[in-house]
Amino acid sequence: MTTLTPATEAELCEAIAGSAAARTPLEIAGGGTRRALGRPVQAEAAVSTAAISGIRLYEPGALTLVVAAGTPLAEVEAALAAEGQRLPFEPMDHRALLGSTGEPTIGGAVACGVSGPRRIQAGACRDSMIGVRFVNGRGEAVANGGRVMKNVTGYDLVKLMAGSYGTLGVLTEVAFKVLPRPERALTLVLEGLEDARAAAALSAAVTAPFDVNGAAHLPARNGTPARTLLRVEGLEAQAEYRATSLARVLAPFGEAGRVEGEAHEALWRDIRDAARFKGRDGAVWRLSLRPSDAPGAVARLRTALGADAFYDWAGGLVWLCLPETGDAGASAIRAETARLGGHATLIRASAATRAAVEVFEPEPAPLASISAGLRAKFDPAGILNPGRMRA
Amino acid sequence: MEMPQPDARALAARELLLRRLTEALGADGVISAAEELIAYECDALTAYRCPPMAVALPRTTREVAETVRICASLGVPIVPRGAGTSLAGGSLPTADSVILGVARMNRVLEVDYPNRVIRVQTGMTNLAVTGAVQGDGFFYAPDPSSQLACAIAGNIAMNSGGAHCLKYGVTTNNLMGVTMVTAEGEVVEIGGAHLDPAGYDLLGLICGSEGQLGIVTEATLRILATPEGARPVLMGFASSEVAGACVADIIRSGVIPVAIEFMDRPCIHATEAHAKAGYPLDVEALLIVEVEGSDAEIEAQLATIKEIAGRHSPMVMRESTSEAESKAIWLGRKAAFGAMGQLGDYICLDGTVPVGTLPEVLRRTAELSAQYGLEVANVFHAGDGNLHPLIIFNANAPGELEKAEALGADLLRLCVDVGGCLTGEHGVGVEKRDLMLHQYRPADLEQQMAVKDVFDPRWMLNPAKVFPLAISESRRTAA
Ligand SMILES: Cc1cc2nc3c(=O)[nH]c(=O)nc-3n(C[C@H](O)[C@H](O)[C@H](O)COP(=O)(O)OP(=O)(O)OC[C@H]3O[C@@H](n4cnc5c(N)ncnc54)[C@H](O)[C@@H]3O)c2cc1C
Repeated sequence: MTTLTPATEAELCEAIAGSAAARTPLEIAGGGTRRALGRPVQAEAAVSTAAISGIRLYEPGALTLVVAAGTPLAEVEAALAAEGQRLPFEPMDHRALLGSTGEPTIGGAVACGVSGPRRIQAGACRDSMIGVRFVNGRGEAVANGGRVMKNVTGYDLVKLMAGSYGTLGVLTEVAFKVLPRPERALTLVLEGLEDARAAAALSAAVTAPFDVNGAAHLPARNGTPARTLLRVEGLEAQAEYRATSLARVLAPFGEAGRVEGEAHEALWRDIRDAARFKGRDGAVWRLSLRPSDAPGAVARLRTALGADAFYDWAGGLVWLCLPETGDAGASAIRAETARLGGHATLIRASAATRAAVEVFEPEPAPLASISAGLRAKFDPAGILNPGRMRA
Repeated sequence: MEMPQPDARALAARELLLRRLTEALGADGVISAAEELIAYECDALTAYRCPPMAVALPRTTREVAETVRICASLGVPIVPRGAGTSLAGGSLPTADSVILGVARMNRVLEVDYPNRVIRVQTGMTNLAVTGAVQGDGFFYAPDPSSQLACAIAGNIAMNSGGAHCLKYGVTTNNLMGVTMVTAEGEVVEIGGAHLDPAGYDLLGLICGSEGQLGIVTEATLRILATPEGARPVLMGFASSEVAGACVADIIRSGVIPVAIEFMDRPCIHATEAHAKAGYPLDVEALLIVEVEGSDAEIEAQLATIKEIAGRHSPMVMRESTSEAESKAIWLGRKAAFGAMGQLGDYICLDGTVPVGTLPEVLRRTAELSAQYGLEVANVFHAGDGNLHPLIIFNANAPGELEKAEALGADLLRLCVDVGGCLTGEHGVGVEKRDLMLHQYRPADLEQQMAVKDVFDPRWMLNPAKVFPLAISESRRTAA
């Protein structure tokens, strides 16, 4: 399969226009580390954004960053760190879980709408995005949003592009609102809580006014006791105050221990990257639910499917690992989301399973037709990542 | 300002329309008498007025759907309306339209504290949402200055912001789900009490779409725990440039205040005459910076802010030490728009600029104001560069409105030219419609209009807004 690696947006326009005319289906890739997300793509050629790279504008005093889509995430994070800032949405690195190699790019993180533990307080990937440039399936360059934090000029295609997996356009540039790094960050840890009790502790923590921005629960496994993790950050004095106050709120659930420094960083990196399932066989799912519904759903799916689970997002994000047999648990899992609301995404499975099972939650008919309509407008020839989201 | 020719077919259907709407909604759900339609002939952009054919005031999502189906079947355009406080003419009727108002749909449907969500009908006012939960220690973060009057419906349609969005974001960042009636009259659910979409981010698309993609009837909103305390500091500076530089330094420092509000000399003087908040009258610009948290957290943050401000030789530095002092500091800011109203008629702009360009933009604003001979007062959300220049004019003097609009257009072009945008929170409506091509190229707008084609193929929902009439014409007249 040939790979086109345009170096500019204009070259990308040309490449896509040519492919549209020839009806050549294209697989779109940044660093390729998230290729195995979604359904397998039926493509005849590949387009890489790797050469459309570099930080275009960074104004720490305005908290804004404009970056070319193919820029390695590591480069972006290093540039921000040098100014004491960071991306608010804490994007997951999928390499360990998916066993992929390469350098994650900012465009890939955006196209997959990847948001980590800080989602519950700092917002999703899409909430940090303030502008995009992309090339649609006709080979036309389109700009939306800009480089200012508040902008309601016309429709918000910025959000639409986040999580559209390259099926509406190929991103060439993304603008973000960034945030300062905290002076201090630490984690409070509760041990030995059952899921339902842990869910109550997570809820108590995020409904207290201490800006908790990480709230996860790792159920007991293989003799390791359950751990419930709550992250607070802030200026030096602020973080201390928040931790002390939060410990009081959590007192009914037990005495909270503290983790700081590198161990604290590692804890949240592991939650972010679903490290619990690293190197283990099985299909991996991600469910977004109303947090209080999650423990019940998990209990049923444990029994029905032999699933191992952990929780992020104050309990509202459930990660499941279960045997990849039959439909990899799809019907049982989707019965839960159908009943409770929310949605489930198959994150890791063999290509055969991902082709056979709906990877993304099926949409009800009226929404499915809107989504299909959008895809047809943005990419009339259907050449951008065909099959990646829907068959 | 130009509006399209009313559609003759829609006008001709008026009688049938009224009969069918009355059947569906009852006599008290339909307004058609000329004297009663006057209340709906404009929104807060009062320079433009036009009575609609009728006003429909449904009470349920089902009635909204029924109303939409009736209008669709008769080819009558719909202008959705919340509370009618749009400053952009977003809910300005056209002569051939039905106003579909959700004001009667103002109930709380569900409050769920453990999961931090509230579900409401969208006719509820912004302030009433916070009112419903504040007794229990929660609040709804987006706080437009119009929050006493404006409805969640309009907030969603305009993606409204407020003074505190520097920390908490704007409507789209706090909206989790909607029930929406499509242009065909079908009811759809998007999002809910869980986070993030199952596929394309349709919710993100609908928020800010100015009533052009569907009628939003219910909304699930994020509510947050009320902070333990909040305290502002007021600082006065010798020039707007210095105040602008101070803003950038505060933001760089790592403190994220919940609000940084800016007022310039004309605004300070008008406000002081009206509200008597005790603002200093010898400064060129003042900043109100508010931080939140416990007393100790507030002290720590204010110490950093004061230290930074100290480097910019402030002429005044007044830190609140009590609830009463905090109120006094905010009093003037909150009264600013009302105070400006005392000076004469005004147009309120809403461009946003990169924070680093604030000094330059303020200088150019003063130059343009002098050039046009019209006073411009500045009061705005400085932390995010969202300007609100108020152009003062006399609507009774022939030609002054046009002159004020021309100055406004120049100021908005200036915002775009320095890297900003036409509107940060008020929306495009009819007001900025014809400037869209200054910010976007035709291909950019074509892609946006293609989105409307998907949701509303016949362009029946608020059709004459957002896009320059010339470029939307073929779509509007196709049906
Ligand atoms: C004094 C004053 C201060 C203001 N301060 C602020 C501020 O600080 N921040 C800010 O962002 N705005 C501010 N505004 C502007 C205005 O209040 C907001 O735009 C507000 O969100 C409009 O709400 P509304 O309910 O009045 O909407 P309306 O004016 O009724 O309608 C606004 C738009 O929403 C659409 N719409 C209404 N209902 C629906 C529905 N159910 N479904 C789909 N579309 C719908 C309309 O068609 C229209 O395009 C201010 C206005 C005034 C007069």
